[in-house]
Order: sequence, then C-alpha cells, then structure tokens
Amino acid sequence: MILVWLITILFAGGIGAWLSEKRNPELPRVIALATILLDLFLVVLMLVAPGVLGLDSASQAELGQTGEWLILSSSEWIPRFGVAFIFGADGLGLLLITLTVFLGLMSLGSAWNEIKERTGFFYFNLLWTLAGVIGVFTALDLFLFFFFWEVMLIPMYFIIAIWGHENKEYAAMKFFIFTQVSGMLMLLAILMLVFFHYQSTGEFTFSYFDLLGTAIPDGFGFWVMLGFFIAFATKLPTVPFHNWLPDAHSQAPTPGSVILAGILLKTGAYGLIRFTIPLFPEVSADFAPTAMLLGVISILYTAKVAFSQNDLKRLIAYTSVSHMGFVMLGVYAWTSQGVQGAVMTMLAHGFSAAALFMLAGGLQHRIHTRQMDKMGGLWGVAPKMGFMAVFFTVAAVGMPGLGNFIGEFLVLLGSFRISIAAASLAAIGMVVAAVYSLIVIQKVFHGENKNNLVVEDLTTVEMICFGFMMIGLLWMGMYPQSMLNMSEPTLRSLGVLFFQ
Amino acid sequence: MYSNLIIDLMQIIMLTISTVVVMMTTAFKRDHGLISGLTVFGLFASLLTFVFIQPVLPLEATQLLIIDEYSLFFSNLIIVGAIGVALLAYPYFQNHNVQNEEFYILLMTATLGAVVLACSNHFVSFLLGMEMMGVSLYAMIAYPVHAAKSAKFPLEAGVKYLILSALTSGITLFGIALVYAYIGTMGFDEIPAALEAAGELGPVFLIGVLMIVAGAAFKLSLVPFHIWTPDVYEGAPVPVTAFLATVSKAAMLAVTLRLLLVSNAIELNVVTTVLTVMAAVSIIFGNLLALLQENVKRLFAYSSIAHLGYLLVIIIAAAKIPGALSVEGVSFYMLAYFVMSLSGFAVISALSNSEKEYDQLADFRGLFWRNSWVSAVLITVLLSLAGIPLTAGFIGKFYIFTTGVESELWFLLTMLIIGSAIGLYYYLRLIYIMLQPAEDDANDPAAVSLPLGAHAVMAAMTAAIIYLGVYPAPMIDTLQSLASAF
Repeated sequence: MILVWLITILFAGGIGAWLSEKRNPELPRVIALATILLDLFLVVLMLVAPGVLGLDSASQAELGQTGEWLILSSSEWIPRFGVAFIFGADGLGLLLITLTVFLGLMSLGSAWNEIKERTGFFYFNLLWTLAGVIGVFTALDLFLFFFFWEVMLIPMYFIIAIWGHENKEYAAMKFFIFTQVSGMLMLLAILMLVFFHYQSTGEFTFSYFDLLGTAIPDGFGFWVMLGFFIAFATKLPTVPFHNWLPDAHSQAPTPGSVILAGILLKTGAYGLIRFTIPLFPEVSADFAPTAMLLGVISILYTAKVAFSQNDLKRLIAYTSVSHMGFVMLGVYAWTSQGVQGAVMTMLAHGFSAAALFMLAGGLQHRIHTRQMDKMGGLWGVAPKMGFMAVFFTVAAVGMPGLGNFIGEFLVLLGSFRISIAAASLAAIGMVVAAVYSLIVIQKVFHGENKNNLVVEDLTTVEMICFGFMMIGLLWMGMYPQSMLNMSEPTLRSLGVLFFQ
Repeated sequence: MYSNLIIDLMQIIMLTISTVVVMMTTAFKRDHGLISGLTVFGLFASLLTFVFIQPVLPLEATQLLIIDEYSLFFSNLIIVGAIGVALLAYPYFQNHNVQNEEFYILLMTATLGAVVLACSNHFVSFLLGMEMMGVSLYAMIAYPVHAAKSAKFPLEAGVKYLILSALTSGITLFGIALVYAYIGTMGFDEIPAALEAAGELGPVFLIGVLMIVAGAAFKLSLVPFHIWTPDVYEGAPVPVTAFLATVSKAAMLAVTLRLLLVSNAIELNVVTTVLTVMAAVSIIFGNLLALLQENVKRLFAYSSIAHLGYLLVIIIAAAKIPGALSVEGVSFYMLAYFVMSLSGFAVISALSNSEKEYDQLADFRGLFWRNSWVSAVLITVLLSLAGIPLTAGFIGKFYIFTTGVESELWFLLTMLIIGSAIGLYYYLRLIYIMLQPAEDDANDPAAVSLPLGAHAVMAAMTAAIIYLGVYPAPMIDTLQSLASAF
C-alpha cells in the first residue's frame, strides 16, 4: 500500500497547492515542498528500513511472486477486462522512485524563485507529473501502466504550454503528439498481447506476471514488440524518434526541463528493461542488433548536432539524446554489465542533465537569452556558477570518479561482449562528448565578457540543490556497488545474461 | 398481459402526455419559465418511469416496438439529453423577444420520435420515429428565424437540413420497399427467416439494404452523407446543435445497430465493405477538415464525423466477434460521446444567447484565466474526445481497440491511430488557446455569472465523464447485461 500512498500524497498535494493559491500565491510552493518532503521521507524509509513498512507477503503469494518484490499490492479495478491495481517495486523500481522524488525536489528548488505567475496551477502540474512517473515505475498491470503513462503527459503539456518560452505552442504540441501517438501504438500492442493471451488461455488479464511468456502466433510477435519499442524509444528518445526533445526541453521552463531530462526520459528506458525485452525475449533478441545500431547512431549523430548548436538548452537537450544512446546500447546488449551500466547511466544522467538544465535555466532567467554567442566571460562575474558548470559538464562527459563514468564504462564493457563494432563506435561518442562539452565552458564562462553582462551569482536555494546533486554523483562514482546491488536481483529475475 | 403492455409503453405514453400538457398550457398561458419548467418536469417524470418498466422486460409491444434493456438504456439516454437541451434552451432563449414556448413542444415531439426510433423493431416504426424526430428538428433548427437579430443563420441551416433529410428519407423508404418486395416482411426479427425462405440474395435486396444504410448514415453524419453537418451545426441555435449531436445520433445508432444485428445484415460482405469504407473515410476526412475550422461548432461537427467513424469500427467488428461484445462497446462509446458532446455544447451555450453566439476559436482566448470552471469543463471534454485516461473517452477508445484487435481489423485500427493523431492537434489547439493570457474585455460573457441550468448540465456531465473514466466497472456490468440479449 505504501506505493499507493506515495502517489496519492502527490495527487492530493497537487490539488491542495492549486486551491491554496487563492489564499496566498506564496503558499503553493510551500505545500509542494511539504508534499515532496513527505514522499521523500517515505522513500528513505523504504530504502533504509523496509521492515517498518511491512512487506506485503499475502498479495505476493496471491500473485505467485517471491522475494525479489520488496513491495507488492493488488486490488480489483475493472474485473470485466481483468484490469487490476497491481503496484510493485523491486530494487530497480526503488532506485527510480528515489530518483524521481529527489529530482522532484530539485525541480521544486529551481521553480522556487523562477515561477511567479499562476503558482497554484504550476505546482499542481509539477506534483501530478511526479505522481504519474511514480505510477509508471510501480504499475504492474499493463492497463494501469498505460494509464499512468498518459497521466504524466498532460500536466507536462500544461507546464510547457503555459510557462514555456517564446515558441512554446509548437514545442508543447509536438511533445504531446509524439508521445501520445507512440502511446497509442503501445496501447494497440498491449491489447494484441492480451488478446493472444486470451486466445491461448481463455482468460482476460492485463497482469504483467500473467502476460510474461505469452505465446504469440507466428508473424505477430515482431509487430507487437514494435508497438512497445516505438513508445519507449520515443520517450527515451532515440534517433529517429528524438525530434520532439530539443524543442520541448528548450521551450520548457527550467523546472519542466529538469523533470523532462531527469525523470521522464528514464521512463522510456525503464519500459524497455521491464516490458519490451522480458515480454518478447526471442523477438527482442532478433531485434537487438537493430536497436544497438540505433543506439550507436543516437550517440554519434546527436553528439555532432549538439556541437553545432548555439542555443544552450538545445545543446544540452541533444547531449541527453546522445547519453540515452548509451542506455539503448546497454539495454539491448542484455548482459549484466550492459544493463547495470544502463541503469547507472539513467541515474547519473538524471542528476547531471538536471543540474545542467538548472544552470542553463538560471542563466536564461538572469540574462534573458540562451544564445551562447551573446555570453562569454561569465566566470568573472559568477564564479560559483562557473564552478558548478564545470563540475557537471565534466560529470556528463564521463570523468572517472563520478556516476556517469561508471554507467557508460559498464555499458561499453557489457556491449563489447556482444558486438565489438558497436562498442568501439560508441566509445568514440565519449571523445566527442568532451569536445561539445568543453566548448560550452569556453563560450559561456571563459573569454572576455563582451557584452558586460552582470550576472547575479547562484542563490542559496540553488547552491543547496547543486550541492545535493554533487554529493549524489560522487556517491555513484565512488560507491556504485550500493546501487548495483539493488538492481541486480531485478535484472536476474528479468533474465539478463550474467557471465560468471 | 395488457397491464404489462401498458407498463412497458409507459415511457412513451408519459412523453406523449407531457407533450400534450405542454401544448395545452401554451395555448392558455404563454410564460417561458412555466413552459420550460413543465417540459423539464415532464421529461423527468418520463425518465423515472424506467423504474416500473425494468421488471417487466423484455416485452414486445405490438409488432412495431420492442422494449428491452437495450432500448430502455437508449431511451433513458435520449431523455436525459432532452432534459439537458431544455435546461440549456431556457437561458439561451430568455432574451429572445419572440414567442419561445413552441420550441419546447418541438423538443418534446422530437424526443418522442427519438424514443420511438430507439425502441423500433419494425420498418414502420423506424420510419415513423425518424420522421417525427426529423420534422420537429427542421423547425427547431430554424426556430429563431423571426427574431430581429438572430445569432446565426437558422433559416439557411433549417432549409439545408430539410432538403437533405427529406431526400434521404425518400431513399430510405425506397430501400425499405425494395427489401419488402424481396422478402415480404418488415419486422426486423423476421428478416433472417424470410431471407432463408427466399433463397439466394438478389441484387435488388442488397441495393435495398444499402439504401437503408445510407439513410442511417445521413443521420449519423458519416462521409459521404455528412455534407449537412458543419453548416447545420453552425447555423442552428446551440441547444439544438446539442440535440443533433447527442439525442438524434444516439437514437439512430441504437436502431441501426439493432437492425444490423437482428437481421444478420452485418454478416453480408457488401454491408461490411461499405461500412468499412465509410468508417475509414469518415475518420480521415472528419479529422482533416476539423483542422481547418475556426468555429468551435464546426470543429465539433467534424470531430463528430470522426467519432462516428470510430464507432463504426465496433459495429463492423460484430461481423466476426459475438454481437454482445459489440453492443456493449457501441453502447459505452455512445454513452461517452453523448456525455462529452452535451458537456461541450453546454459550455458554448452557457456563454451564448440567441443574439450572440460565442463560438469562434478566438472567443475562447484566455478562458482558463477568465473563468477556470467553464474552461476546465471544456478541457475535460477535449481530453476525453482525444481519448486520454481518467476520462470516459479513454474507456470508449479502449473498447474500439479491444473489439478491433479481436476481429483483426488492422486496416481500420491504422486509420483510427492516424485519425486520432490528427485529432490531437485540433483538440490541443483549442486547449492552448484557452490557456493563453487573457485580454481585458468589458463585454466578456465569461465574467458575468452564467445561467444555473447550464452549470447544472456542465457539472453533471463532467462528473459523468470522470466517473466513467475512473471507475467504469458498474456501467460496464450494466451494459454487459443489456447486451446479452444479442
């Protein structure tokens, strides 16, 4: 039940924040903070002392599951179609829930001083997006999963469409249509899967556990898998479905970009790991070379495109696609190191991309432009900002000792066993990453301050947020085993290849 | 036996009595408030009779009408729609300085026609109901024609509807004659036996069937019989547009589905082919043309063409899957569409009156900040039309996908996905316009307090959209039991 509470608290907090605006426009952010802190407290409790919350062994037995599910609960919803509320979290789920709640807090930090208009509705959308994402990470009924998949989309649309920048209508519309259409393909695929399961067993069910191992008639398996793949590859995103991302990220307000880059992209990767490959192991194995190729193309192509951007946020957005290419590569290698590396990259990229978007957003808020050729020499006026930019850029490039390095290194290690060519090409991506990252530092912070820009340095709230994210990245870089241990049981049960 | 028959027909009898009462009262005392109150009361009373009818179901009341759970469900839906229209009409016509009372009589007769249509089990009652509804609608659409300054072009719309509707009625009648000539019966449920006796299907029979389908397609505004829809939707007063979009469609759909299933016509290859083509073309055309609209009523008109195309997918699926599942799906989708349309037109109607309609896209700019409640209703409707979870529209779309997958209609499902993708664009565009910063406007209708009746309709329909989307299980159970007869 604890998972349901996590989601319910966010839903309720969102409504509370909206209603409280009438009393005082400052109140919504306080309510949002209290809501997220409460959720964070529960998440920490789950991580540190799961015993306190009580494992739901009864419903585990009922669903025929064993120990790897830390929390599992189930109740009826639409019995006519075998749709049920099945929520569960294992190690992987917990890691991603933690990431979600933590980055939710960070995006709240970036909104704290930036969002001045219509605060109530803003925090409502922020909290509902987080609730939708936690739902995606915990739903184990495919109908419920799809439901949350769409629920997280609408508040995000509002965030971009109302608080976005100059070209927000186009960006919001594109974001919505890409995700929604690919989602519809997934819905079709889900229903086909359910129907094939019904044909072979005579039972209508959307339960993830029941649908695993469904026998699919010849010729249909690939198409059903493709429905899932396109939905997740659009969200991830990977070339050629990445088109929406640069617009959405650059037009969204800072907190929106933080959530988009930090959390929403990870739902795509999660979907691939949890659903696409385990539900269709054989077809996925045949499809893996193509997917890995797409991953490599994503890494190299978007790195090149990123290099030629002048808009700071667009550049960071393209680098996100490039990093997500590593995730795709690692996941479809389907070896222990590859998938572990993908999970680490998801977590570490969540932190580094969120931090970079906060920096870019903070800069835009201060000097009202995202164009890098109008910046320059900002280190002199805003040294704290400069330091943070260097730290997180270096982290994103994959400096040993920080989380991203562990992730990308493991991905390369894992995929090398499967395809030497793919791993070698992907490794080039890490070199290119250094080029496009350092050019940002050079253009923005080094050189002379041509336009005599006066930039207020980071505020206390921002410093606190960046501080937390630095600690997180250092932790991941120094002691990744703590996270690898959590995700390992999950990956074993999903059938990832372990070589020992 | 006869007492049961009377109970069975109670809804129709009650509606007739209310119509007469409203008519007589109008003759003695012209008072807009009184007549509108009587109408709503009479409709409510007719609605509530379902409590008595329920226990004696199903019963065939003469050869013409059949009252079973299915027809009762649609009759109730029709009457609820009529109540909504009556509630919207009162504030709309309040400042209309010409006599308003006859409008309610027409509304009652149109509703009566719709209920007869939904219950009909025979070509005679089919035609009777259709004409009764149609003739009342001609007058309703053109109702404000004598006003010194009417909001739209009611006469143009009325004449357009009259000519095209009369034409299709003629075609339908001819189709019925051909079918009768071939098999010698007009009762829906006698058709299969008569067909068997008649032996091989001749082209005359098939042409007759297709002519009847064309008549239905006209009322359901499926491409290529859709031409009237946008003009009539735009020109008619908003409450009448709401009636056209909800009641008229629901009644026609109920009888069409029954006819196709009971007579086994859905299993004829020609019929499924024609329906498939109409569905695909309606989905694509409806959505594409909706993109170009600057008027919200026209936008809803094209979107209704597309939605009826979606509905057709479930009907076509009945050729391969058990009819019961198809009936369940059609009923749910129609219910969802009914609720969404009524709610959407309630928003336009709340902001409009008989002299000025508030139906341009530009009129909705910043509505979210000027009147959050009304705009939230419209956003819910649009998201529901787009099939987003938490709304009735999503469960409806889920039914289409489920039945489509089960009967392997891959072509239509592809059309559905393409159509929905296009649809998203214009729904989102309207939402985006509402989210824009508001401009100060002294004549802003959204700033003044809106009529109570419209609020009631909006609140009830929005609650229904969300309830059906979040917890559809009870309604699904009901529909499953009513569909079990097929």
